[in-house]
Amino acid sequence: MRIVNLKVNGVGQAFLARPETTLLLALREQLGLTGAKRGCAQGACGSCTVLLDGEPVVSCLVPAATVDGADIATVEGLADGEKLSDVQQAFLDGFATQCGFCTPGMIMSAEALLDRNPNPTRDEVNEAISGNVCRCTGYEPIVSAILDAAERRREGAKL
Amino acid sequence: MTLLRGRGYASVNYPTGMNLGGDPSQALIHATTMGGFVVSLSSVDLGQGLKTVVAQCAAETLGMPMENVIIDTADTDTGPHCMGTFASRGTHRVGNAVIMAAREAREVMLDVAAEELEVDAGDLETDGTGYVRLKGSPETKIHISEVALAAHFKQGKSISGRGIYLKERNYPVPETGEMDPDSCQAHACTVAEVEVDDETGVVTVLSLHNTYEIGRALNPGMVAQQIEGGAWMGVSHAIFESTEPYYPASRDHGPVDFSEYLMPGPAEIPVQTSVILERPASNGPFGAKGIGEMTANAPIPAIANAIFDACGVRLTTMPFTPESVLRGIDARRDDALSA
Amino acid sequence: MPRVNPIDTEYFKDERKPDFTVIGTTVQRSDALGHVTGRTEFFEDRTFPGLAHVKIHRSAHHHAKIDDVDCSEALAVPGVLRVITYRDVPSNWYVVLRLIGIEPNDEPVLAEDRVLYKGEPIVAVVADSEAAALEGVRRVKVSYTELPAVFDVEEALAPDAPIIKQAGTNYFVYEGHHARRLRFGDVERGFAEADYIFEWRYSSAPIEHAPTETTGCIVVPQSGGRLLIHSNTQAAFFTLDNTALILDRPFTDLQVKGGTVGGGFGGKVDVMVEPLACIAAMLTHRPVKFVYTREEEMQVSSPRAAERIYIKDGVMNDGRIVARKVMLYVDAGAYSRHSPYGTTKACAHLPGPYTIPNVYADCHCVYTNRTPSSAMRGFGVTIADFALESQMDRIARALDMDPLQFRLRNAYRDGDMKAHRKVASGTALIEVIQRAAALVGHDLPEEYRAMSSKGGAA
Repeated sequence: MRIVNLKVNGVGQAFLARPETTLLLALREQLGLTGAKRGCAQGACGSCTVLLDGEPVVSCLVPAATVDGADIATVEGLADGEKLSDVQQAFLDGFATQCGFCTPGMIMSAEALLDRNPNPTRDEVNEAISGNVCRCTGYEPIVSAILDAAERRREGAKL
Repeated sequence: MTLLRGRGYASVNYPTGMNLGGDPSQALIHATTMGGFVVSLSSVDLGQGLKTVVAQCAAETLGMPMENVIIDTADTDTGPHCMGTFASRGTHRVGNAVIMAAREAREVMLDVAAEELEVDAGDLETDGTGYVRLKGSPETKIHISEVALAAHFKQGKSISGRGIYLKERNYPVPETGEMDPDSCQAHACTVAEVEVDDETGVVTVLSLHNTYEIGRALNPGMVAQQIEGGAWMGVSHAIFESTEPYYPASRDHGPVDFSEYLMPGPAEIPVQTSVILERPASNGPFGAKGIGEMTANAPIPAIANAIFDACGVRLTTMPFTPESVLRGIDARRDDALSA
Repeated sequence: MPRVNPIDTEYFKDERKPDFTVIGTTVQRSDALGHVTGRTEFFEDRTFPGLAHVKIHRSAHHHAKIDDVDCSEALAVPGVLRVITYRDVPSNWYVVLRLIGIEPNDEPVLAEDRVLYKGEPIVAVVADSEAAALEGVRRVKVSYTELPAVFDVEEALAPDAPIIKQAGTNYFVYEGHHARRLRFGDVERGFAEADYIFEWRYSSAPIEHAPTETTGCIVVPQSGGRLLIHSNTQAAFFTLDNTALILDRPFTDLQVKGGTVGGGFGGKVDVMVEPLACIAAMLTHRPVKFVYTREEEMQVSSPRAAERIYIKDGVMNDGRIVARKVMLYVDAGAYSRHSPYGTTKACAHLPGPYTIPNVYADCHCVYTNRTPSSAMRGFGVTIADFALESQMDRIARALDMDPLQFRLRNAYRDGDMKAHRKVASGTALIEVIQRAAALVGHDLPEEYRAMSSKGGAA
């Protein structure tokens, strides 16, 4: 058992981590951030994707004790008040959600992609979300929404 | 290595609802003090958008804006009975129940408005913006918030309604199978185009072109979601999925996670075009038939038929794995050699 | 912007009503904002102090007699609160479809003296943490005597097959019959009159629903003694009623809350987790979570049934199908669940969307020693459509006919009598074929373009 200090969505947090506690469970059960979902706990569905120091990780495979001092970004931190992030708004406008369970993880993978590559090709989008399983949408609306979000971001950057 | 292309067709129908035990759903609706309408249900939204589509049914029937409709589901203490979300029944059954409840509530709403405006309720209409108006005299109007307040605090009336849709029980005749199982049938025709790699046996689905007849598209954006997502599932069923790769000979080697249970990723999705036809069902809510389930069906045989068209291999066992394609190609070569 | 498919209003013009206000428009999904912000509340997003966890010790064999169950080591694991065996289940035998009169109760919530499939639940372990529950599960010791297992639907029906079901048959009995029957016209006379006979076999393997959210629930004991069940069931009252029957408690003792589900596809109608979670909550007086692992979802939760389908058709030179005989076998696995109903649904779907004067079908709901199958998107129809439409393609090729013209020639129309003796109405198969042909530039002769679904027997 150790105390973990970290930043989540820009806010300093601390929690007690047992050796078996994963980052996902710490976020959900100790910090009350349930946006990241447990879809498999095997690192194979991507529903629990969050950003760890800017990199997308499957938080179900990250031991909580290893993230001391880290900067974590989750879906809860994306919107600025009522104003959604470009990725969130593009998912909303593009009907890129059905059941919504994969959505937070999918959005975090997309945010990470656009942070490092503002102008991705369709193939690069496909690759960026290749670890995120969606069983409802057939992916096409999601890929389109991410490409749309990239354009929105570029337009926003020009302003 | 040669990439062989082929085209395949399939046409299907699909029942809305499947009745064996009597198939009901209920809805209750009531106005809040300021003219919100709470629709109480115990129905489940699996992600197909039931909450949205039944809110549309309520708004359309009440003649009120969507913003005034609140869907409260699924709590068995507060929501009346619903059989469940399956058999492409949700929109049809719950939609009909909500329409019936909303009609009853609308009648009270118009009565209350009539008394406030001192006119006959039969002369009133709604315009979808939140006002109840006198027909032909659009300035004689009252906002729903005033109607609801008057009902609560002045007239002592409950603006509320009860709705149920029941497909009555039907017993199949054991000797002949005579039965009345469904409420209506939706239709689809899919044209699939595939590419078969004759060296690896890998099938790539290039495109799916669909026409669907679904009675009435209540929310075309959500209809498109069902068609697109269902088609993806059909492709996945056709060429990837099984929990028992050696069925029925061996129960071993069953996949236990998403790295073993294969499904197409975003890079493996076909181009899709679809057209909708509407032949309203007499018993459907605003004519709608169920489309939720059927969208995975026609792509599978269309792909099988396209594979045959491409390489002459008739696959009769799902899924159409590279191994089964290659075995088929080998068998054809052997036949050609021995002939 | 959302992708919206064009609606071709030229078809059925006279039957379409004028436009509505919000019906027929692409209204934003009411749940989408919650989805993109992560605020949508799924059942597992609720936390409760003192939450206990249920995990299951499952059968290691496909078919075996249980000689002994030893839970003493499991109980000794720190954090383990209780073990639950069939003796703790008030009404252990059930079939979910009993709510619509299906008999018999053929499945135990927890196995008693034998197991019928690998992965069948035998003991539930309740513990403070998931890790302790899993350790408890590992320490349960079950000794078995293996029995011969049956894995093939047709072998299961053979006279010398070991009978695996208590009811005495390896098939569901439909009112005295070994299959759901469909008898329409005289199929043998149809074959005798036909110019050609085509007979082929089709089959499929089981398929998993694979919802991204696995099946689960949290049960919270209430101050008045009632149990509140937060569930991702597809059918709230169906779950409530079945759970109350298993618990042998008044229906008013239970409350189910749900309605927001991370994908269902038919996989969450089986009432698999709620009864045991309720029992665990009653025995420990604590809130209890029982959620399937992904591995359980893949291998233990009901899949879409594997099917085997033989279709024999009698066809005339001009392409009319005059007789169709179908032998359909649904692999229900070890227990009924929803398969008797799905098999009837398959039967009602035959012979496909075509008008055929002579139809004969036996649709068998067969038990084997594998994970019970149950409902899935397109229940009873998806695999049948694969078989039927593959058959149509093969016949068209054998007759050297255009595949769409062959379908149009046999398409059902308003007023036609279906094989299950319901008069067809509201049909539109002809029109979707015509429109799909136009969509891909597949030329149809005028004779076929002029056809209409309204021109049936009536």
